[in-house]
This record gives sequence, C-alpha cells and structure tokens, in this order.
Amino acid sequence: MKAMSPPRSIDLERLGLDRGAHLLIERALASLPVGGRLEVTGKDPNLAVHLAGWCRAQGHQLDGTTIVKGAAGDERWAQARRAGAPDPSALVDQPDPEWGLAARGALVESGGPRPRFDLGERAVVWSDVAPRLYAQGAAGQWDPATAIDWAGSPAPPSDIEDVVVQVMTYLVENEQAALVVPARFLARIHPYFREVVQLLALQVADEARHVEVFTRRALLHGRALGISGAGGRASLQTLLEEPDFALASFLLSVLGEGSFLNLLSFIERYAPDPATERVAHLALQDEARHVAFGVAHLEEHARADPALLGRLRGAIERRHDSLKDTSGLNQQVFDALVVPAAGSWTPAAIEEGFARVQQLQADMDEGRRRRLTRLGFEPREAEELSRLHTRNFM
Amino acid sequence: MTQEALVMGAVAYDPKVVTIWEGLRRWLRDHELDFDFVLYSNYERQVEDLVAGRIDAAWNSPLAWIRCERLARARGSGAEALVMRDSDRDLTSVVVVRADSGIDDVGALRGKRVGTGAVDSPQATLLPLSTLRAAGLMPGDDLAVHRYDIGVGLHGDHVGGERAAARALMAGEVDAACMIDANHLVFSNEGTVPAGATRVVAQTAPYDHCNMTVGELDAPAVRRFRELLSSMSYADAEVRPLLDLEGLKQWVPGRVDRYEALARAVDETDFYSDEGDVTAAQYRP
Repeated sequence: MKAMSPPRSIDLERLGLDRGAHLLIERALASLPVGGRLEVTGKDPNLAVHLAGWCRAQGHQLDGTTIVKGAAGDERWAQARRAGAPDPSALVDQPDPEWGLAARGALVESGGPRPRFDLGERAVVWSDVAPRLYAQGAAGQWDPATAIDWAGSPAPPSDIEDVVVQVMTYLVENEQAALVVPARFLARIHPYFREVVQLLALQVADEARHVEVFTRRALLHGRALGISGAGGRASLQTLLEEPDFALASFLLSVLGEGSFLNLLSFIERYAPDPATERVAHLALQDEARHVAFGVAHLEEHARADPALLGRLRGAIERRHDSLKDTSGLNQQVFDALVVPAAGSWTPAAIEEGFARVQQLQADMDEGRRRRLTRLGFEPREAEELSRLHTRNFM
Repeated sequence: MTQEALVMGAVAYDPKVVTIWEGLRRWLRDHELDFDFVLYSNYERQVEDLVAGRIDAAWNSPLAWIRCERLARARGSGAEALVMRDSDRDLTSVVVVRADSGIDDVGALRGKRVGTGAVDSPQATLLPLSTLRAAGLMPGDDLAVHRYDIGVGLHGDHVGGERAAARALMAGEVDAACMIDANHLVFSNEGTVPAGATRVVAQTAPYDHCNMTVGELDAPAVRRFRELLSSMSYADAEVRPLLDLEGLKQWVPGRVDRYEALARAVDETDFYSDEGDVTAAQYRP
C-alpha cells in the first residue's frame, strides 16, 4: 500500500521550468487530490521565480516551495463526454454536434465549437459496408504513372485514334462531375461517420486519377482533345445542382456511375490499344466501389424511411423534365463508341458495331433496373424510371 | 439601455477584450443582471468616469486602482475592490541580467542600463524601479533607464514593452530588463530569452494586480454582480472559454492590502498627486 501512495515531493535537480520541468511536476500532481501538497526542490536558479508564475497561471497555490493542487485541471474535464465508441458497429443514430472534429471515441471537453455538419444522421449517411469498402479502396489505389504502360501502347490507325480521343474527352468531363459531387457533400457529413467521409474522399481521389489518365490517353499520340457538347454538360450540371445527399448519390452513383460500369466495360472490351483497355479497366474497378456504396447506403436509408423511394422517383422525373429539351447524349460520342466496336469501316463491321452499342444501352438499362429493384422499387416502376435516365449515361 | 443597467468600464488593450466582455455580458444578462460595458482607450479616462459616477464599475489595473482611490478620497466618495482574478494575487516582478554579464548582484547594476516597460507599467517599470531605489540605486543617477513605451495609457497591460526590454537585453542594448516573474518564463518558452541565458538579480515583494473597482459595495446591482462573478465555475463549459481568455480560474474577493508598494512607487516618481491628478512627466495616454 505504501508504495502506491502518491509522491509528496519531487526533486527537479537542475531542470528548470523553462526547460520542461512542468512535465515532471504535472506528472507528480496527477496522482494527488485537489488540495494535495507537493514539495518541489531543485537547483535551477530561476526555479522559485518561475514556479510562482506557473502556479498562478495553472490555478495552484504555492506555499513556500510546496504546491497546493488547484481544482481547475479536474474541473476542465468534469463534464467531458466520450464521442461514442470507436467501433463502427456501435454507432449512435445522431452524434452530438459538439463532438465535431474529435476522433470517434475521444474524451471531448465540453464547451467547444458546435460545427454545423448538416449530414449528421446515421440513417442518412451510413452504410455498414462503408468500413470494408474504404479498406478495399485504400488498398486498391494505383499510380497513374506506373499502372499503365504508356510508352508501350502503339497508336491505333489515325481514324480510330480520332474516336478514342473523343471518347476520352467525354469521359473527362463526366469524371469531373463525379469528382465535384462527392467533394461537396464530404464537408457536410459529421466526421463521426468517418468511414463514409474517408470513402468519399477516396472516391474524389479516384476521380482525380481518372481525369488524369483519360486526359493522358487522349493526348498520348499528339492529338487535340475532342468536343464537349452543350447537352452533355447541361446533363452533368443537374448533378452538381442537387443539394440533397440521398438524391445526389442516387443520381450520380446508382444511376450515373452504374451506367458507367457498362460503358467502361464496353470500352475495355473493344479498346483498339492496350493503354485504352487499361485505363478503362482501372477506372471500372474504382467505379464499382462507388456504385456499391451508393446502392448500399440508399438501400439502408430506404429501409429506415419508406418515403425515400418517392423522393428518389421525383428526382429522376425532375432531372428528366429539365433535360427533355436538350439533345442528351451527343451524336459524336455515340458514333465514337460504334467505331471501335466495329473494328473497321466496312458496312458489315459498322452494322455489327452499331448493334453492340445498342446492346450496351440495353445492358445499361438492365443494370439500372436491377439496382432500382434492390433499392425497393417494384420491377414495373424500375423499368419506367430507368427509361427516364439521361441519354448522356452519367 | 435602461437606467438600471450596471455599466462597467474596461480598457481595450487587446481585441480579445471585446470577446471577453460581450461573452460576460451575455452570461450576466442570462442570469438576470442588467449589465453593459463601455470600452476605454486608456485607464485615466475610465477612472475619471468611475469617480464621476458615469459608470458603476471599472475593471482596473493596479495603477488605476491607486488613482481611483486617491480621486475618490479627494472628493469624499468611495472606491472599493469588489473582486479580482485568482491570478491577480501575489505577483512579483524581477530584474534580470544576461547570465554571462558578470553582474552578480543588484549592487553591480550601478552605472548600468536598465530596460523597462512603458512609463505607466506597474509591473515592468514602477515597481521594479522602486525596488532598485530601495536597494540604493537611483534611476537616472545611478542607473540609465531605457524605457520601452509601448501601449502608453494601458498601464502595462500590453506586454509589448516588457518583451521589447527583454529583446534589448539579449541584443546587448541594455544590461538588465524588468518583467513579471511569469513573463520571464513566457519569454523563455517563446524563445525571446533563451533558457538559462539570464539570471535574476532583484525581485519585488509580492503585489496584487487588477481589481473590479466600484463606488460602493452595497448597491443591490453591485452585490448581484459580485455574487454572479463569484459563482462562475471553471467546470462550466459556457464560462470556461471566457475565464481562459481573461486568464483566471475563479474570481476571488477583492483585497487592497497589496497595493502599498505601488502607491509608494507612485509617490517616488510623482506619478499621481495625493488628490489623484496625473502629474507624471512624459506621460501622454
């Protein structure tokens, strides 16, 4: 018992308070109750002067060379609460705004700022797959400089290269939208749901790499970039303007990126050169993760709030209405997909390529219907809603 | 503002003063004290307004307290210290020299240059020079005083003068510098004065610093003001940031028996007359 009793004196030897002696004093005081006494001795010539000033600032009394411990240190933490538990399987439904940027599970001093993270409800942002998807995403990050053999990819024939450049130009503007949308929500999600924030941060980083590799592929053989149609950009703009997290995730991840899974798979399959095949392959892996999270968290959200499906439906309809007077997918992009799928310019090959692009659109529709059904839509409604999706794919 | 509001004066020596007193005003009003504050650019005008009854309370420097007491006495009115911060009690100031200067005791300062804070700084000018005077060294005659007049009128609340004197010491422009004990540690930690590079050759007796001065203690609003301030707890997350900003852990009762050394220093330098008039030379707040 005696060995456990708190120290009542401390010898600082030559160490002064201007060289870190407060660490030793605080360590000794920690085991004392408020009002407990600690005699301080030492050989630093300024010790007495500094000890007096230090005690005053810390709220301790000084009786000669003995510190009488003040209450302030304990009082500061008297009302502190833990920001939940670190384990993601034990989340609260609504984290306290005061937990703010604190680590989940940290002991949070009361009285701090109450930042407004308006996406602060578990039902709205969380999915149990988020930790696993984040881990997969973190492990799957690839380096654009080395993941593609840029130097070893020969140029396709000139007229094929033209259409590859056009497809890449189209992909870049779509991926820029896919970067901006999660970035806008990232800052609104309560950091307590950190795996979701981390996952969206990776999603943003993924899109940054996609923008890079698609641009690099477009410029690989010295061509100018292709065209950017007004209708395509108008369609993407509607994604940027959606302020609701659930609706934006739905339009971007479930419908848009969902359709892109088919598109990238198509490009990979019919790529005329190894670099094009590789960039499509790498982007496809990332996009699959984005879609998986979008579907999973909306599925959980819809289970908790049956009214969500009606709002999702409204979002598709609004977007469709606002875009019905635009041209949708521009003809050049559509045609650009036909040519690589044809493989040559003979009438028979073009017919074949055209049919393959039509099949691509059918596959996209089928994928959208499957995901809509997973969210809880009836098959007939899923079919109807899938048709309303933008002709621009994203 | 209603007529009943208790109006307190504070000197705006730093922008944080606005944050502190706006926060306290909100808290006091939430606790049913009709409270407001006015800000002054210097202590002299604040003291004059308190004694003239234009404000009900003044958050006073120790030097402002001395003048307040003298002005009030001359007019036959009262001045009382209502509360003070726990950190206002028993400060000391020190006179430090460079450790390698060969100045081993206070007597060796004879003929040397001493850096001080502003002309109206109790802690970095008036009190340490009085201590040196008591040790037989007359400023001006036995010592050359290099004054660092930063924030004149703020009674040394602005730490700039003390820091400038400390810098001058390390630059070799003066042989000694005056500062509060705690600031010697602050200057070491921030690197202005490297650890171990200086030595204390003189130290004042303990003195008290600021207090909340009122004309009379028994007015109901003043009593409520004291009760509320005294009830502020460092455990309360709402007030803790304000206490941290103002540099205290709790408000403690005002006491006036540790201002004698400063009153003596004021008389030695003819800073204020017995009636509280400003008589200091070279003092333009």
